Amino acid sequence: MREIHVKEITEAVRDLAVRANTELGEDVLRAFAKALDREESPTARDILERLGENARIAREEAIPMCQDTGFAVVFVELGQDVRLLGGSLREAIEEGVRRGYEEGYLRKSICHPFTRVNTGDNTPAIIHLELVPGDGLKLIFAPKGGGSENMSRVTMLTPAAGVEGVKDFVVQRVRESGPNPCPPTIVGVGIGGTFEVAGLLAKKALLRPLGSENPDPELRELENEWLEEINKLGIGPQGLGGRTTSLAVHIRMMPCHIASLPVGVNIQCHAARHKETEL
Amino acid sequence: MEKPIALTTPLTDEDVAKLSIGDRVLLSGTVYTARDAAHKRLVQLLHDGEPLPFDLQGQVVYYVGPSPPKPGRPIGAAGPTTSYRMDAYAPELMARGLKGMIGKGARNDAVKEAMGRYKTVYFAAIGGAGALMARSVLSAEVIAYPELGPEAVRRLEVKDLPLIVANDVRGGDLYEEGVKAYARP
Repeated sequence: MREIHVKEITEAVRDLAVRANTELGEDVLRAFAKALDREESPTARDILERLGENARIAREEAIPMCQDTGFAVVFVELGQDVRLLGGSLREAIEEGVRRGYEEGYLRKSICHPFTRVNTGDNTPAIIHLELVPGDGLKLIFAPKGGGSENMSRVTMLTPAAGVEGVKDFVVQRVRESGPNPCPPTIVGVGIGGTFEVAGLLAKKALLRPLGSENPDPELRELENEWLEEINKLGIGPQGLGGRTTSLAVHIRMMPCHIASLPVGVNIQCHAARHKETEL
Repeated sequence: MEKPIALTTPLTDEDVAKLSIGDRVLLSGTVYTARDAAHKRLVQLLHDGEPLPFDLQGQVVYYVGPSPPKPGRPIGAAGPTTSYRMDAYAPELMARGLKGMIGKGARNDAVKEAMGRYKTVYFAAIGGAGALMARSVLSAEVIAYPELGPEAVRRLEVKDLPLIVANDVRGGDLYEEGVKAYARP
């Protein structure tokens, strides 16, 4: 049995919150450069160049790349041979969020649904906990902005809708979202499971690095086909027209009930932020 | 690509009339920040016949809720928020002299119609480019509603804020025309 003090978790979450918001991943920067190679619209090219510049300034000056520093979404993979000392996991994570958002000059964006009164410290955090074999502890911090989250949806299709029905729903979601989720986006798609799992699969799909291949050849083909369809829409960076509406489609799929075909579409803005660490 | 057009606030009807969709603009001078909660309060003041915290004549409003400034800086990241949430309020501000709005995303027909009638232009800033936009902000001062935190009304002094004309006073809409130009069957 390995023992980990929750203070270590607080420290790790604090650092991940700051780094996720100020250091855009190299995979996203490479995707911008690749998009620039193909983009024809002068306005779109100008925007793509500025996004690269924005990421560079954010990293150099350690300021957030976007003022919407998001809801603190934390994925925890906790080894079942780990014993946590010194307090609760939730409290440890939320203390890390509090410190990260305060000390990192990040915006606190969480409020009461009706009164809109801000909680003041960007808590609560959204925690997705999975128990895994072994004595490790992995933390993935994925702050999620409101603009792109607002454009996301879960639907329950009929089994008869099939793969074409899923594709139509995904492409239609991107079309209707237009400029609002800050394109170029990454489209996370969750297929199967239950109502709530379809959304979670879509969110987890966003954690896969850009440019990496889906391990499932069938899904890999669908990802390429749907991305091509999406980039025919002409929405372009910021919705002002262009070839680059999305940088990637990422799909995760699992079996579903014989009566169901759940689909989740989680749209991610170009500030595709996630950082991870292992304790 | 055409060179960017330099503009300084306050804007006149003539300044606004010469802008067309797709023009790149570098905006300098004073701009006021306001987003959801501040718009609600400003329009309530107008309905109650009360004075606003700033004069709208010739002014530009930026839809932004910045992140907190680091020590020694005027502002944190300061990119635009999505504009459609302000559509319900924007025409009343234009009727009182507002000449420019800065945000991201398309506007509804009522806003576009009001832009033609009151000669107001809508600029797109690059959503998610908050660190880049912050470089153009020379100073920031909260002038109303400090209790709203990031949603407080701030007076910003900006230099060469990079913008794109998304809707002009002649009904041009880059969100429609730009997409049409690049859509494929």
